[in-house]
Amino acid sequence: MSQIQIHHQLTGRGTPLRDRVFMWLLFISLAIGVLTLAILLIYVTVKGWPRLDTRLFTNMPSVRDAENAGAQSAITGTIWVISFTALIALPTGVMAALHLEEFASPHSRFQRFIEVNIQNLAAVPSIVYGILGLAVFARALALGQSVITASLTLSLLVLPVIIISTREALRAVPRNIRDGSLALGATQWQTAYRQTLPAAIPGIATGTILALSRAIGEAAPLLLLGAVSFITFNPNGVLSGYTTLPIQIFNWTKESREEFQVLAAATIVVLLLILLAMNFVAIWIRNRTQKRW
Amino acid sequence: MDKQSDITMQLDQALSARGTSIPHEVDNPVFTLDNVSVFYGDYEAIRSVTLPIGKNEITAFIGPSGCGKSTLLRSFNRMNDLIPGSHLKGTVAYHGTDIYGPDVDPIEVRRKVGMVFQKPNVFPKSIYENVAYGPKVNGVKGNLDDVVEECLTRAALWNEVKDDLKKSAYALSGGQQQRLVIARCIAVKPEVILMDEPCASLDPIATAKIEDLMAELAHDYTIVIVTHNMQQAARVSDRTAFFTAELDENEVRHGRLIEFGRTREVFSSPTDSRTEDYISGRFG
Repeated sequence: MSQIQIHHQLTGRGTPLRDRVFMWLLFISLAIGVLTLAILLIYVTVKGWPRLDTRLFTNMPSVRDAENAGAQSAITGTIWVISFTALIALPTGVMAALHLEEFASPHSRFQRFIEVNIQNLAAVPSIVYGILGLAVFARALALGQSVITASLTLSLLVLPVIIISTREALRAVPRNIRDGSLALGATQWQTAYRQTLPAAIPGIATGTILALSRAIGEAAPLLLLGAVSFITFNPNGVLSGYTTLPIQIFNWTKESREEFQVLAAATIVVLLLILLAMNFVAIWIRNRTQKRW
Repeated sequence: MDKQSDITMQLDQALSARGTSIPHEVDNPVFTLDNVSVFYGDYEAIRSVTLPIGKNEITAFIGPSGCGKSTLLRSFNRMNDLIPGSHLKGTVAYHGTDIYGPDVDPIEVRRKVGMVFQKPNVFPKSIYENVAYGPKVNGVKGNLDDVVEECLTRAALWNEVKDDLKKSAYALSGGQQQRLVIARCIAVKPEVILMDEPCASLDPIATAKIEDLMAELAHDYTIVIVTHNMQQAARVSDRTAFFTAELDENEVRHGRLIEFGRTREVFSSPTDSRTEDYISGRFG
């Protein structure tokens, strides 16, 4: 074969049209997602810019005095609610996942029933959890419109996600780590507690933070729980009244005056920054503690 | 082939079909296996093995892949219990006590019978914590510095790691990791150490170090090693058991013990032609 023939064979046919079209489709799909987010961010930042100052953090909300209104009670309320949500959902979710993954017999019908149900629960709309929280926590347990009612309701909302991500993290711990521990005469409990669980912490942390950042942005279940009134004080206990950032945003966007729209936009920026910070922490934990087996 | 040798061969085959082909005594058995079969569900991975393991000896299990030698090894410390659907017939007696008896706690068995795995499975912790883990889970309180030093020294690793005890075990090379696993294993003070192809993922130099270490450890421990490496079995072991996979009358594969005896004899004058074929590299 001559040199020229070989050259032709190697340089080939060029990229076919079909391949190029497909590649562009992929790129456009990606662009739709990224551009939407970028436009949204730019829009709220520009709109909220005049009110993105310290007043937002030092002053209490108001529907009359837009000039001096802030979102302090919403920021502290969000911190209170989400802290207790984490406090309730994290241990419960991790323990449930440990039981399912390390102790329950994997082939029993009961186990499979539970598994399917947890997956279904993760897909239940948040408003349904709101109804449940209203009936059980607010009314039946008479906890009323309090921080703890909101935290319990949001805990139920994020619990399936925490269980699923914890199970995945536990499953990612290689079998031979467990075997090594058991072969040294460790009990199943010691193995789970001292080997599997610590090795799964990065995955658990990432999953939990992402689940909690979903809960932070939730307004629907809290609105159903009656968190619609204006709260101009910071929570001082679990039974205290509260408001959160999404609710405050909801309340301001209902107002017709333009100043409140600006205030709402500024508050959205604060909420987004908190979410971005949480996701950043999740990524940081994942990268920092990445394990090679 | 004359009639006489034909009969001998038939007799040999008849004997080996009973699973007790070579009656072989050891002076001071730690384990005595009697007619042991291990099942995964309905599948019989290894059939009717009768075999003693001598104290402070190194016993090598050799044979082609799928002959059930690892499965048999894992029945010495009840690691097969962890595989759903596995069960065992026959008796695995440890100093006369059947470790599959109704009152036996597998956790106690594993404290007496340690295990080193094919892939060095160090824990994602420091070197120190890897060695201290066994004593800790077994309820040893207080300062473990001496135990850690002693075990690392015995595993011929101390001089290489004494300044890096707080470093992650993953920072070690494969051969060092395997010696760390051995140190971790002897920290529990077992009597028997099971080794499941401990050098399979190591280079020749690291392998030689592990083999030297095994010879050293055999003074105080009883070692059972599964290996694919015939030279390794010949170099390190006192006794060799040769297994192979056979088809039974229903055309189902299962592992069988073919020959067991002093390593020198098994390698120099095997009594079964299949052993001879295997050790001379004709199959497997």
